[in-house]
Amino acid sequence: MALRELNFTFTPEDPRPFPLGWSHRGVVGSGDMEVMFEQADLGGQVQVKVCTPVVGFDEVWERVLDRCIKESQVSDVSIEINDNNATPVVVAMRMRQAIEEARKEAE
Amino acid sequence: MTTEPKIWNTLERDYRERLEAARPYVMDGKVVEAGDTVKLLEAVVRPGDKVNIEGDNQKQADFLAQCLCEVDTDKVHDLHMVQSVLSIPAHLDIFDKGIAKKVDFSFSGPQAGRLAEYVRDGKIELGAIHTYLELYGRYFVDLTPRVALCVGVSADKNGNIYTGFNTEDTPVIAEAVKFRQGIVIVQVNEIVDEVPRVDIPGDWVDFVIQAPRPFYIEPLFTRDPALITDSQILRAMMVIKGIYGEYGIQRLNHGIGFDTAAIELLLPTYGEELGLKGKICSYFVTNPHPTLIPAIESGWVKSMHCFGGEAGMAEYVQARSDVFFIGPDGSMRSNRDFAQTAGHYALDLFIGGTLQIDKYGNSSTATASRIAGFGGAPNMGCDAKGRRHATPGWMKCGEEYGMHDELVGDLPRGKRLVVQLQETFREKMAPGFVDKLDAVALAENAGLDLPPVMIYSDDLTHVVTEEGIAYLHKCTSMADRMAAIRAVAGFTEVGMAEDPAETASLRERGIFKTPADLGIDVRRANRDLLAAKSVKDLVNWSGGLYNPPAKFRNW
Repeated sequence: MALRELNFTFTPEDPRPFPLGWSHRGVVGSGDMEVMFEQADLGGQVQVKVCTPVVGFDEVWERVLDRCIKESQVSDVSIEINDNNATPVVVAMRMRQAIEEARKEAE
Repeated sequence: MTTEPKIWNTLERDYRERLEAARPYVMDGKVVEAGDTVKLLEAVVRPGDKVNIEGDNQKQADFLAQCLCEVDTDKVHDLHMVQSVLSIPAHLDIFDKGIAKKVDFSFSGPQAGRLAEYVRDGKIELGAIHTYLELYGRYFVDLTPRVALCVGVSADKNGNIYTGFNTEDTPVIAEAVKFRQGIVIVQVNEIVDEVPRVDIPGDWVDFVIQAPRPFYIEPLFTRDPALITDSQILRAMMVIKGIYGEYGIQRLNHGIGFDTAAIELLLPTYGEELGLKGKICSYFVTNPHPTLIPAIESGWVKSMHCFGGEAGMAEYVQARSDVFFIGPDGSMRSNRDFAQTAGHYALDLFIGGTLQIDKYGNSSTATASRIAGFGGAPNMGCDAKGRRHATPGWMKCGEEYGMHDELVGDLPRGKRLVVQLQETFREKMAPGFVDKLDAVALAENAGLDLPPVMIYSDDLTHVVTEEGIAYLHKCTSMADRMAAIRAVAGFTEVGMAEDPAETASLRERGIFKTPADLGIDVRRANRDLLAAKSVKDLVNWSGGLYNPPAKFRNW
């Protein structure tokens, strides 16, 4: 199945820079995804690249990611997601777990 | 004027005639050889009879069903099947062959697609789709079978039947049929000199047949803990804290599925940590789910009555006679009729999963091209209006009921909790919340009078998704209720219509609670919380008493 690449940029209102240089969570198992975070000087913004086989859910991706960023206000990070048919539920959980664990690790 | 004297025992006369016709095939006592079964059926079944083939979502009278497929259609035809399930191919083959033409049933599971096709093609005349209790009720009113083809573990030559721990539907069928002078035929795995205990008395049974192979049984309630996801664990944490703990739920039924398996496996870990042991989940009416073993072993469960048995659990259940309902012979007896009745009146809560919930809160497992039926879920998943005893959880839910004053005035009344667990998207991105249920399209396609709704919105009190819990019963209007559904519906089409200001107001009123509102740390929602992470772990918890079926042995 052909993979598609989606790119999004978000601008959190109260930016909290990603605390680690690099971080990786998750596995690209069926119905799951991996996510990589890399610190980047983006002037408070977040860039997300999604590699996914799923067609027709671009707006859902944008809304799920937008909510993750709004919830966490994470900023100055380049995020790469390799998706294997994860549902929005799984995406939101993996993102939330990854960001919270990175913050805990940096404490 | 002379009138013929009225005959009042035509049923009995008819029964005697049928017995007489069967005489050539009866050996010792009530025993008929397996090889004579087709001839026996041709002798005792008459065209147009109402006939029951016993079977449910677990055990099946599969040998007798197969033999009914082989009768001569000149002798036996146009039967009206009245039975719990259409689940093995033979159940539909009899329609294909013209042996039967009409059906009243409850659940069709694996044959749901074929059933829809036959109804559309006019091969089957569909009476109605029932819940189990509803169908059992009609056995004693207008749908009494003339002949029942039942199933047990062993029989003696006088027809006394031992069902083993899968008693299930046999008593209710045999009682309805025998006390209307009908014919009861039972296939058993073994003819013995003396049965371990009498589940069905011999004088309720006309013929017993030792089938060439043991009856088929589906391990329907076994869930491998290895397949439980983080999202299921998160919902389980919310249920334990935000519903079981909040309402002090002591008496409950767990529906089938991974969501409820996750709850069961979190009781000895997360439940224990919240200090809820002894305060929740003491009395179950549920099948003997292997995933309940850790909670039972940790002393959570005081009593458990079962609808049926579960493959591999016999020895474990037998060794825990303080918990289960055990006969004088030492083995468990189940009874679907009584368990369903308990579901209506004795339990404070039902919880289960579903396929689709609509924007009003109605839910269904029907899809547009499959007539799957109900089984027992609607009996469990409703607020039975005849209940009159009070328990703390039932009273609290009644106090919170937003429509109470409108409907009852100022008198106190409780309300049963009916909880649906729902993942907003299933695999292949199938949405769990929809504008209109597929059941509506199915009703149109198959010409049903009623869209098959599993649980109606007015019975549903709580919906749990990874977004949080909607306490729907607190709503005072349908508008409120729809807003609460949108709040838990995530990124589905229904959820995308959410108004954040409205959701904030629902949170203030305690109608919608997020995991954070419930004080749940989402990071902890992972498999480390499970008391058992594999089937092997369950075997270990049971001290080797649980003997999983081969397909679950992956070590």
